[in-house]
Amino acid sequence: MIAHSIFFYTFSIIAIVSAIMVTASKNTVHSVFFLILDFISISCLFIMIGAEFLGMIMLIVYVGAVAVLFLFVVMMLNVAQQKNQWFSSEASSKHIPVGLIISTLIFVELIIVVGGWKYKPDLFDINNSLELDKVSNTHSLGQVLYTDYIHVFQISGMILLVAMIGAIVLTFRKRAGVKTQSYIKQISRERSDGVSVLNVESNKGVKIDD
Amino acid sequence: MTEIGLGHYLTLGAIIFSIGTIGIFLNRKNIIVILMSIELILLAVNINLVSFSIFLGDLTGQVFTLFILTVAAAEAAIGLAIIVVYYRNSGTIRVEHIDELKG
Repeated sequence: MIAHSIFFYTFSIIAIVSAIMVTASKNTVHSVFFLILDFISISCLFIMIGAEFLGMIMLIVYVGAVAVLFLFVVMMLNVAQQKNQWFSSEASSKHIPVGLIISTLIFVELIIVVGGWKYKPDLFDINNSLELDKVSNTHSLGQVLYTDYIHVFQISGMILLVAMIGAIVLTFRKRAGVKTQSYIKQISRERSDGVSVLNVESNKGVKIDD
Repeated sequence: MTEIGLGHYLTLGAIIFSIGTIGIFLNRKNIIVILMSIELILLAVNINLVSFSIFLGDLTGQVFTLFILTVAAAEAAIGLAIIVVYYRNSGTIRVEHIDELKG
């Protein structure tokens, strides 16, 4: 049990300190970095406690999608009003120490989880019904999710669809001066708009494009 | 001290929830940090649900954590899209300047 407490205190202290740094740091980019560190710490805790599927899903969804989305928006919107110095070497070198610290911590956490995974059955003796029936966490979660909670699952898929359509509609804009194809104009074009038959007298010619 | 039980995980969730709540009040100027604090609050809720699910031996908590994850991702996408649109229209996202809707 001493190993369990070592795991718990290591990850939870890193998670709490990085949560404090998310709210306290002046630079928004640093806040996003610490948010990533926080999510990785909590997902390591989930993996070690026995909820492997949720830990991996949190790693994919939060670190892979949400945090990168935050990083895109922070860098695109130029929040800190430092437009000229944002991409210069002086300003970007200030991100390097924080990034190095966070990536080193993430590396150490992953090493701890991968190393501890081998000895996991000896570490935790949480006696519950989930561990007794010899199926994995993902297996049992899928058995429940696709049978008892299938309607809620479908509704969450609809929520994601609505969010995707909403984000596209919100950020979509028509640019002026960009040549695009107009289907309505193409379809509603008549023969009389494009072709006209003229009676041309000889040696006189005809004037078109008036 | 060495026996890690349900209470330790609930305390961790409570601490992260409090940090997220304080972060909303501290960062009144930066709306992106406010969104990140909301993510922290949802993370604390997830910690509570997963620890209850593991220690009580009931899978329902993990299923609901999955749904909270979905809603959190949708909320972050919509919120950031609104921020991008507002920045495009007004040129700033400072929270104290977002008062155009006041009657």
